[in-house]
Amino acid sequence: MVDVPSIKTREIKTVKNMPINKTLKFWEGLIAGKVYGTRCTNCGQLHFPPVADCGKCFSSEIEWVELDTEAEIEAFTHVVIRPASFCGCEPYTVAIGRLKEGVKVLAWITGFEPAQIKIGMKTKLIAKVTPEGNPTYAFTPLI
Amino acid sequence: MVILKKVAIIGVGSSKFGVRNDVNLAELAFEAVKPSLEDAQISPAGIEFVALASVGAGVWHEELLPAVIAAEYCGLTKAGLMRCEAACASGSAAFATAYWAIASGQAEVTMALGVEKMREVDSQIAMEWIGRAGYYFWEFHNFGLTFPAYYALYANAHMARFGTTEEDLALVAVKNHKYASMNPIAHLQNKITVENVLSSPVVASPLKLFDCCPLTDGASSVILASEEKVKELGIDTPVWVAGLGCSSGTANLSKRPDYVGLDASVLASQKAYKMAEISPSQVDVAEVHDCFTIAEILAYEDIGLCGKGEGARLIREGQTEIGGKIPVNVDGGLKAKGHPIGTTGCSMIYELTKQLREEAAEKSRQVPLKNYIALAHNVGGVGQYCYVTVLKR
Repeated sequence: MVDVPSIKTREIKTVKNMPINKTLKFWEGLIAGKVYGTRCTNCGQLHFPPVADCGKCFSSEIEWVELDTEAEIEAFTHVVIRPASFCGCEPYTVAIGRLKEGVKVLAWITGFEPAQIKIGMKTKLIAKVTPEGNPTYAFTPLI
Repeated sequence: MVILKKVAIIGVGSSKFGVRNDVNLAELAFEAVKPSLEDAQISPAGIEFVALASVGAGVWHEELLPAVIAAEYCGLTKAGLMRCEAACASGSAAFATAYWAIASGQAEVTMALGVEKMREVDSQIAMEWIGRAGYYFWEFHNFGLTFPAYYALYANAHMARFGTTEEDLALVAVKNHKYASMNPIAHLQNKITVENVLSSPVVASPLKLFDCCPLTDGASSVILASEEKVKELGIDTPVWVAGLGCSSGTANLSKRPDYVGLDASVLASQKAYKMAEISPSQVDVAEVHDCFTIAEILAYEDIGLCGKGEGARLIREGQTEIGGKIPVNVDGGLKAKGHPIGTTGCSMIYELTKQLREEAAEKSRQVPLKNYIALAHNVGGVGQYCYVTVLKR
């Protein structure tokens, strides 16, 4: 990387604490096997990812709704060259799927051979906890 | 309605692009600032305001306040100063800010300066940081998207909808490498073939290594002046800012209506055309945001150089080469000239100013001009930001 004279910077490690206080129900839902969005009780807008405040009508009155699990794939890519913090993973496939309610979800798609994944295919959205203990969600085969 | 003052570009300068571990951030900025001041024939004391773009501050280079460092090193201290952030469109955001400062009547002479050092960290760390520059919380933290992956989502969708092929994408890389080979300041000056692109390793399907721009160091500087100042300085060939439009898109890709174009590009270009009172067919030469080959094809369609879904045909027919309908990225583009993220917007203006003055250093790269109109299209993120600038001599 460095082929000419240089001095190394001082090293620091930073890890931030990202608040999930207002979306706690979502993260708890994933552990319970459910994927929630939020609906604004004032204007009816359904939000995914879930929000505590409605950017459409500016109400903060929201309700949690469990989302339909059938997703139609609109875009995907097999990520071969991974970022530094994902280098412990095998190459993975990321997809964007549209749910019946109209909202879209971006997540990994698992359980398929790469060649099987096509735009327009139907998949199932599931909630899960990774082996490392992170709550997450993924697209999987319908059956 | 507010009447904006007329603003011209009176000086441009650029460093050599590439892996520039021979210089630090300030020294790299100097390589762009000095020729721009010489070009405008003014001293640094004549610059009233500097808008600087440098996305990697504290991330891929270690200076958190690059504007003050570059200004001090280049004798610009005391000028009004700020750093602008619009991801990969930060250079255009800096240019817009420097433009607005004069158009509003606040200043007479300003500078937009892009300076980026991306090669002080290794490429995997750089991939990580750039991948985080979307919506970290919802789309990176659990899913590890890289920048090639964001655009690859669009590439697969565009291919499925319009029949665009991997060969079409490769043609963009071949064209842009060809022009970079004729540009002494370009990062990648090697000519390549479609076969080279198709056989290069997959980064994020369908994008392969040669579909992707390199990680580049580089700086570009643009000096702007009011009409009064242009007269006072006796500038021979001012290049006027005729139109400027900007727009934005959602942080979450899951919130986009489709994956076959960037709404921010459509809206920003429409605003720029309206302000310049021109149609796309009047543009003689364009710089578009080709961080990945698919991005250039999306840009053709989004800014109206062709109809929706016709981008691949434009490149297949050679219409975006010199001699074609609308030459695009004849400096090599982000793809081969290089993409020092914060610098790119200023680098586009640098190239177009040279083209409009018919000063392309290599005559074979000079686009024949009919209307003396040029357009720069600069995207930040995957259409999270977009700036479109129309220049006219």
